[in-house]
Amino acid sequence: MPHEMTRQNLSPAPGAGFGAGLTNAADAPEPPSPGTASGAVPVAFTASGATSPVPVAGQPARAVTRAAIAPVQGPRPSGPADSYGGVPSQPLLELDALWIQVAGTLCNLACTHCFVSCGPDQERHAMMSRSEVAHRVAEALAVGVREFYLTGGEPFLNPELEAIVEDTLALAPVTVLTNGTLFTERRVLWLAALTRTARHSLELRVSLDAPDQAGHDAFRGPGTWARTMAGLRALEAEGLAPIVTFTRAPGADEATLVAAAVAALRAEGLTGARLKLLPMFALGRELTRLGEPREPRSLSGLPADAFDPERLQCGRSRAVTSQGVYVCPLLVDEPGGRMGDTLAQASRPFALVHDACVTCWATGMSCAND
Amino acid sequence: MTDARERVALFGGVYANLDALTAVLDDIGARGIPRAWCLGDVGGFGPDPEECATQLRECRVPTVQGNYDHSIGHRLADCDCGYTDADDRHFAQASYEFTDAQVSEASREWLRALPVELHFMFAGRRVLLCHGSPRRQNEFLWDSGCSDAFLERLCDRAETDVLACSHTGLHWRRALPSGRHVVNAGAIGRPAHDGRPGAWYAELCAERGAFDATFHHVAYDPEPLAQRMRAAELPAEFIETVRTGWWTTCFGNMPVRERLRADDARRTPSAVR
Repeated sequence: MPHEMTRQNLSPAPGAGFGAGLTNAADAPEPPSPGTASGAVPVAFTASGATSPVPVAGQPARAVTRAAIAPVQGPRPSGPADSYGGVPSQPLLELDALWIQVAGTLCNLACTHCFVSCGPDQERHAMMSRSEVAHRVAEALAVGVREFYLTGGEPFLNPELEAIVEDTLALAPVTVLTNGTLFTERRVLWLAALTRTARHSLELRVSLDAPDQAGHDAFRGPGTWARTMAGLRALEAEGLAPIVTFTRAPGADEATLVAAAVAALRAEGLTGARLKLLPMFALGRELTRLGEPREPRSLSGLPADAFDPERLQCGRSRAVTSQGVYVCPLLVDEPGGRMGDTLAQASRPFALVHDACVTCWATGMSCAND
Repeated sequence: MTDARERVALFGGVYANLDALTAVLDDIGARGIPRAWCLGDVGGFGPDPEECATQLRECRVPTVQGNYDHSIGHRLADCDCGYTDADDRHFAQASYEFTDAQVSEASREWLRALPVELHFMFAGRRVLLCHGSPRRQNEFLWDSGCSDAFLERLCDRAETDVLACSHTGLHWRRALPSGRHVVNAGAIGRPAHDGRPGAWYAELCAERGAFDATFHHVAYDPEPLAQRMRAAELPAEFIETVRTGWWTTCFGNMPVRERLRADDARRTPSAVR
């Protein structure tokens, strides 16, 4: 149930400021491809937000929580669709988080499920310089951003990363997303010292793809589990408590995965990690891994009154690469994902035409730490 | 008192801990602070939700609604604390069910009707009281997790000069570049993960135009509280916290900065104070 206070926040603040004077999506310089939506498969939505192959005509009565969404009560509306196939548009409510792809698409690994197809030879998005990052940081602070996420590729491949982190951390909280394979002793000591002395929080997010070596290495390559575990142990020895993210395959049970993840980390001598689960996205190299072509899903079946503008992270964040400003860190290679050169240009609503939008909506996921 | 200063007390997170509430109200009185506000979350964690709700009403302490109060007031399924960790949710649920079973209908009605915000003028400054943030009742505003720019934006949107909040359980304050202030009063019902059993609350103080926020620590004997918690069959982890001053649960959302400060202090006890 939307709380009164939340409801007030749905309308953009009056007057000037970021997000004010939003343009209609139809006026956008780079509208998403209508073809993406028209060829997409509508899915039905249940009260929990999980997808279902058929509309669910009512859920068992239960206590209402703020996250609940009205169930679909019958066939999806067949009214006039807008130019994007009737999918909802997500307004940018406020800019809380800016994702900065500091390493571009360059990575020391080439994971088989990478949604941005990063790798050692991938330079579609170039690495960002310290001054380029500082410019983006200032641009976001000017509209009151809360925190920054540094990503790639693998951020530690950027030779200026330490300066970038120190510059940014003086102004705002920073999270670095890493595969955990490049933690030299010197770097761990630098991280430990900076984490203790900085005014803002410096979080590390280390990605794992299975609660076991074989499963993880199948995605990331032989030896990666062992290298990442060594990195995590080095961090923990310095008292650091990284957030360890696990990808959750479609249909995998959350409680089972969490239990297995905790057990696997304990077996490696790791007790301090915080866990976060992330869904897998049918984007980039993951499409190749999945093999057979699949029809993209669409949010066009979502009744207008079931749309909750607080549910998706693109209501409160944007991503930047060397190529410009994007709606989110997932869609940096997708048609329409790029929203402009500046954050101001990217403050307009975003039509949720992508298959990944369905994944975010259905899972309620956020790339952010909480 | 002939104190020319303007002073008010703010405390958050009572967490059904009557001993903490009594000790804090006594301390506020002993210091001669003429007015006090509560920043919400009357229930949860401790053994005395009904007694705390009654005490706040009897003492006429204006109280803003916390997420806990909203949930209990509306008979929701959980406290909506915003925990993301499975263990945190487990412990939160245990205490939620205890509080839910203990509160009277009169208290539930009172909790339901609490305002989500309170405003007053203090030494010429606009003060806004909320539980989490002005935009979300269960938003965590940790000191290390907020840029100045973000806090300035919250003050702008809320049109306030002093933003006072709670919800994290750790107290902190910041003077913003604009001259405005953010004060997180912390919680009184659970120690501040600093190895000091007892309660922390905030005092706003103004003298000749100069504004300051300070924090006071109030010690109380945790043993009678621990005994009541045992009798109420509340988790042993909660009892350990009131006796040691260190959190054992429900800090999955705490940023690494605050976490490390506590961990480091715990390893070198002389550094705690």
